[in-house]
Amino acid sequence: MNFDFADEQPKLLMLMYGLIAFVAVVGGLLLLLDVVPARFAQRQEGKLVAASASGAPLPRRPKQREYLFGLFFLLPTVLLLLVGLVVPAIRTVLLSFMDSSSTDWVGLRNYVWMFDEDAIVRVLTNTLIWVILVPLLATSFGLLYAVMVDRARFEAVAKSLIFMPMAISMVGASIIWRFVYAYRGEGEQQIGLLNQIVVSLGGTPQAWLQEPPLNTFLLIVIMIWIQAGFAMVVLSAAIKAIPADIVEAARLDGVTPWQMFWQITMPSIRPAVIVVVVTLSIATLKVFDIVRTATNGNYDTSVIANEMYNQAFRYGENGQGSALAVFLFILVVPIVFYQIRNLRQQREG
Amino acid sequence: MTTATPTVAVGTQQVEKSPGRAARIRKRLNTRTATLVSIVIALLWTVPTLGLLISSIRPEDQIKTTGWWTFFSDPQFTLENYQEVLFGRSSSSGQLASYFLNSLAITIPSVLFPLAFAALAAYALAWINFRGRDWIYIGIFALQIVPLQMALVPLLKFFSTGVTLAGITLLPAWDLDGSQKFAQVWFAHTCFALPFAVFLLHNFISQLPKDLMEAARVDGATHPKIFRTIVLPLITPALAAFGIFQFLWVWNDLLVALIFAGGGDETAPLTVRLAELAGTRGNEWQRLTAGAFVSMVVPLIVFLSLQRYFVRGLLAGSVKG
Repeated sequence: MNFDFADEQPKLLMLMYGLIAFVAVVGGLLLLLDVVPARFAQRQEGKLVAASASGAPLPRRPKQREYLFGLFFLLPTVLLLLVGLVVPAIRTVLLSFMDSSSTDWVGLRNYVWMFDEDAIVRVLTNTLIWVILVPLLATSFGLLYAVMVDRARFEAVAKSLIFMPMAISMVGASIIWRFVYAYRGEGEQQIGLLNQIVVSLGGTPQAWLQEPPLNTFLLIVIMIWIQAGFAMVVLSAAIKAIPADIVEAARLDGVTPWQMFWQITMPSIRPAVIVVVVTLSIATLKVFDIVRTATNGNYDTSVIANEMYNQAFRYGENGQGSALAVFLFILVVPIVFYQIRNLRQQREG
Repeated sequence: MTTATPTVAVGTQQVEKSPGRAARIRKRLNTRTATLVSIVIALLWTVPTLGLLISSIRPEDQIKTTGWWTFFSDPQFTLENYQEVLFGRSSSSGQLASYFLNSLAITIPSVLFPLAFAALAAYALAWINFRGRDWIYIGIFALQIVPLQMALVPLLKFFSTGVTLAGITLLPAWDLDGSQKFAQVWFAHTCFALPFAVFLLHNFISQLPKDLMEAARVDGATHPKIFRTIVLPLITPALAAFGIFQFLWVWNDLLVALIFAGGGDETAPLTVRLAELAGTRGNEWQRLTAGAFVSMVVPLIVFLSLQRYFVRGLLAGSVKG
């Protein structure tokens, strides 16, 4: 029971170095951009004075300085993106056509493997289930809740409670739900809420997370629990942005709440709904933490991001891992294109 | 008889009025039902978290043998789980105090670097005129769709072996060990955050009034000066929004930390340790519940105190798209 603070010193020291580096880089950059052009300007002024004194033609103002400023402001970002994202992404594409140790070219073998191996086909099917159910259910729930809570009392508190899981890590959320799904043998006192409910209704307790295909759906519940708050907040803001006179006019015409929802609310917030669905689809495609924490991908629950991690970083299969990453990217692209097309239509319409 | 007419009149009036009144009552009832239902759902939404929180303060033998709801009929309270999971020194206990510091050491620079770089870049893309500006912006914008999974394998290789092209070492390996590995995590998080950060801040910075910028230029202010004295103070809400976003993202991240920080108590953050505990000691609920709550405290405080900024950032980032 002793926590030795001395052991922790290297971390704090490193954190301090990091902060010093931050101040040095950012401050240095701004200082550099402040001082150097000032010098230039001084010299320029000197020239101007000299020129006007001697009656020589005035030198033209240099224009390219603007460009230099842009370059330096952008330098850190562009450099980091090139080194940390662009080049690695291109390399990943290349690696996906190479063998596990990235020495020989193997053509499309890693991609064929993906659709050939039963375990991986299972992974792809699971991902498909995830990406269909999570956006659909989380958005529907979020929308329903946003409509219901709109102008209700305690709106802020109720929304905060739904939204709160967004702040928790997916690891934490998975632990919370593992506890809900916890299993004790039949006849013992159950400690998991779900089994307790099942038992009190006269059923037999189940080891929920070990039973495919049900377990995948139970993991999806965790994701919905986290993301519904996001959908609710965005859609609620969209609902509040509907012009009051439209709503009032509809109300005077005596529309039912049902008609109001389908004929006024839905068309007005359609763009926001699309944004939410797209955002959730992309987030769901990349889901990793939940599967890893709740089941570690066992019992037929693995998804692409989890399998990619396993292949590349646990089994040392760089080629297959990269192929999965590329496939993930390919799945994201059409979703984004759909979104861009929608935005454009919206601007034109 | 003479009194009958007014009664009838009142009666018809009432009949005429009653749909309105009924509707109003129905509406009020509806609002009330809506309020009630939405509160019930909100409470149900919180039950799993509540169960975890209650369990974390119950004694070990209680957690393992009875459901957390028995706490209400038989309250037993202890802080031992937290003591054990934070400061216990045996390898099976959490040692979470140590990981907590790692999380802090990872998160703070990982928020500051992308914040500063993205603000500079967004300013340049919005207010400095140079050729190719729009193309650079489109390029950075488009990078948002690249999943970070696409970068993991080569980036790790870059850290461990450096970059060599045709036998010439362009960049040496980083060769970090111990707590120096934080630098790798900072680097990775900064790179992955930049496209979204530039996009979000550009949304704000480009909407600053043009007259203001031009007036400052006419007065002879240089770009760094405008950036520091005019732009930065005006975009504080946007900076706060992205800062909170990135803070929650980094603090809660598992994947990047797992790959770039390693697993030891020298560098790994809380999430990595918790995932490990959940994997190897999945039934030690006294540690898991307290541990999960330790990892949740900081983001919950940040979230609850700065929710307004967070929501604003969320809306700006997703709806303006």
